[in-house]
Amino acid sequence: MQVASMHFKARAHEKMNDALLQANLKKMQGKFVANRRASMVELDDFEATRDAGAAIRQRVLDDLDGWLGMFEENARRRGATVLWAETPADVNALVLEIARRHDVRKIIKVKSMVSEESALDHAIEAAGMSVVETDLGEYILQINDYEPPSHIVGPALHKSKEEVAELFHRKHGTPKKDVVEDLCLEARGVLRQHYLTADMGVSGGNFFVAETGSVVLVTNEGNATLATTLPKVHVAISGIEKIVPTLEDVATLMRLLPRSSTGQSICNYLDVLTGPKGEGEFHGPEHMYFILVDSGRTAILDSEVREALRCIRCGACMNHCPVYQNVGGHAYGWVYPGPIGSILTPMYVGLDKAQELPAASTMCNQCGVVCPVRIPLPDLQRKLREQAFEQGLRPWYERAGFRAWAWFARRPALYALASRVGVRVMKAMGGRDRVIRRLPVFGGWTDGRDMPAPAGRTFRELYRARQAGSGAGR
Amino acid sequence: MRVGFFVTCLVDLMRPSVGFAALKLLEAGGAEVYVPPSQTCCGQPAFNSGDRADAIALARKVIEEFEGCDYLVAPSGSCSGMIRTHYAGLFADDAPMKARAEALAAKTWEVTSFLVDVLKVDRVPGRFDGTITYHDCCAGLREMGVKAQPRALLARVPGLRLKEMAEPETCCGFGGTFSIKFGEISARLADNKCQHVAASGADALVLGDLGCMLNIEGRMRRRGDTKTRVLHVAEVLAGERPEPGE
Repeated sequence: MQVASMHFKARAHEKMNDALLQANLKKMQGKFVANRRASMVELDDFEATRDAGAAIRQRVLDDLDGWLGMFEENARRRGATVLWAETPADVNALVLEIARRHDVRKIIKVKSMVSEESALDHAIEAAGMSVVETDLGEYILQINDYEPPSHIVGPALHKSKEEVAELFHRKHGTPKKDVVEDLCLEARGVLRQHYLTADMGVSGGNFFVAETGSVVLVTNEGNATLATTLPKVHVAISGIEKIVPTLEDVATLMRLLPRSSTGQSICNYLDVLTGPKGEGEFHGPEHMYFILVDSGRTAILDSEVREALRCIRCGACMNHCPVYQNVGGHAYGWVYPGPIGSILTPMYVGLDKAQELPAASTMCNQCGVVCPVRIPLPDLQRKLREQAFEQGLRPWYERAGFRAWAWFARRPALYALASRVGVRVMKAMGGRDRVIRRLPVFGGWTDGRDMPAPAGRTFRELYRARQAGSGAGR
Repeated sequence: MRVGFFVTCLVDLMRPSVGFAALKLLEAGGAEVYVPPSQTCCGQPAFNSGDRADAIALARKVIEEFEGCDYLVAPSGSCSGMIRTHYAGLFADDAPMKARAEALAAKTWEVTSFLVDVLKVDRVPGRFDGTITYHDCCAGLREMGVKAQPRALLARVPGLRLKEMAEPETCCGFGGTFSIKFGEISARLADNKCQHVAASGADALVLGDLGCMLNIEGRMRRRGDTKTRVLHVAEVLAGERPEPGE
C-alpha cells in the first residue's frame, strides 16, 4: 500500500471538515466504547485477564524463533507447507507462485491486513487472476475501486448505510435498498457464487498455534469457514508475531479479543484450521500453505518499541483514541491507523515517512488503559519521538526552541527575569478582555482558540513579596 | 511534615492564584509548606517532544530541589505524574540517580489526592454558589489515580452542586506541545469538551491542570462563551478567586 502518512496533518484537516464522515465516526465511536464497557463487566477480573493476555504474548516474543520452529514442525507434520516471506514483495511472489502451481484463476480472500501491506490484491490482478474479498467491509472497499481501509477490524466503518446502498446499486445494477439486512443479503448472494467457483482461498490469521500447527480465524460473517474449506487450496498469511503457544492460550486471548474489539462476549465464528483434508475427511482444502511474514517485524523485536508486537489487532486503541475518533483512519495514511498504527507504520515504512504519527497524540493514555495486552502505547510513541528528535527529523526551530527554553529553565535567576517580562507582555496583549486572540509563533494555538491572558506577575515573585511582607515571624 | 510545593511552570506564569489556593489548602490541612525558590519546570515538554537530554537535566534539578522534603505536592496531575511515573526511567543508565528519582517518585502527589489520601482532610475553606461540572484530566486520572478525591472535597464546599457532564474522562486535546503542533485537532477536541460542558448546564468547569484549563477556556472564549467560568479545583476548594495581577 502506498504510504501517505507524511500528509497526516493535511488529511486530518480534510477529514475534520467532511460532515458525512464526521457523522459516521460519531455514530461508530459511541457504539464501540459502550459495547466494550458493557462486555468487560462480564469478566470476573479484567485486569487479571489482561495480565494473562499480556504474559502470553510476551512469552512468545521472548523466544519467537523457538515458537516459530515448533509451529513449523507441527504444521508440516499435519501436511501443510510453511513458507517464509521477508518482505511484502516476497508475500506477493509466494502467493502467485502457489496460485500458478495449482492452476488458479480465481482467489477468494478473508480479511488480511498483512496482505494490505503488500497490496496483494493488485498483484493478483496484475498477474491475470481475479480476486474477491469476502469480508463485507473489505468487499465494499474492493468494489469501490479499492478504497483503502480506515480501521483494522471494520475496514469500511467510515461509510454510512446510505453510501453502501448507493454503491451496491451502482456496482451490482440492483434496485437501491435501504435496510441493512437487505444489503447484507445482496452481498451474500453475490459472494456465494464466488465461493463456489474459486480455486484458492487466502486468509489472514488471528493466531498461529505452535503446539498444533493451526491457524485460528475470528469472524462474524462465517466467510472464513467457506473461503478456507471450499476451494482446493488455502493459504493463510500472517506476521511472524501472531504465534501463540497453545490452544489454551487462544482461549485466554479470546476472552479479551471480541470484547475489546466489538464488545461481543464471543465472535460468531471461530475457525481452527489444521492441515489439508485428510483421508476420509469431508471438509477442507487439498493443499494448505502458511506464509509467515517478517516485513519489519524482527526489526521491531530488536527495537525500543518491541511491546507493539504483542498486538492482537482488536482495534480498541483506535476506537478509544480521541484523535482517531475525530480524524478517522484514512488520515493516518497507511494500513494501520490509530495509536498502534502510530508505532507500526513508522517501524514498517520508515520514521522519516511517518514521524507525524507518533507526534499526533495527546498521550492521554486512553489507548493504554484499554489495550487487552497492555501495550504501553504512549511510552512507545515517546520512544519514536525521541528517535525523530535525535535523528534531526524535527524542524530546526523546534529543536532550537527546546534548547533555548531548557537553557533558561536550568538558570532560575535568568528564568525568573525572562518570565517576569513575558507575563507582563502577555497580560498587556490580553487587554481588557483578558484573552489573547493572536499569538506570534504559536499560531497553532490561536488559530482555533484564544489564550487566556496571565495574571501579569508570576507566582514566585508574588510569593517572595508575601514572604517579605509577613516578616521574620515565619 | 515538610511538604515541598512544586508550583509548576504554568501556574507560576499563567495563574498564580492556583498556587496560593493550593498553599492555603495544604497549610489548613496541617502541612508545613516549603517552596523551593529555584524551581522552574519538571521537564515534561522536552520529555514528550523527544528531547531526552533536556528532560534529564530538568529532572535532575527537580530531584535536587525536592528530595529533602517529606513530600512533593503539585497542583497538577500532569506534572506530578511526570515525576512519579517517568523520572526513574530517565536515569535507566545511572543507578544512583535512578534510586534518587524513585525515592522522590514515591513521595510525589497531586494536591487533591494528597489532601484526601495523606492529610485525610475533610473540611475545606471554600464556598461556591452554583453548579459546577468536573473534567478529569488525563494524567491525573490515568497516572495518579485522581478521580474520587476532588469530588469528595468538592462535596464539602457549601453551596456547590456537581453536575457530571458526558465523557468527563475524555481528553480535552491539550497534550502539551501537541496543542501547537496539531492545533486544529487539539482545538476540535477542546470544542467537543466545550459542548459537553455547555450541555451540562453548569456555571463553571472545574479541573485540576493548568494546561487543560487554558485549552478548554481558550476554546470556550473563542466560541463566544464568556460566561462559563473555568476554575482550578484548588481555587474552588480554597475559596480563592483568580483576580489578574493579585
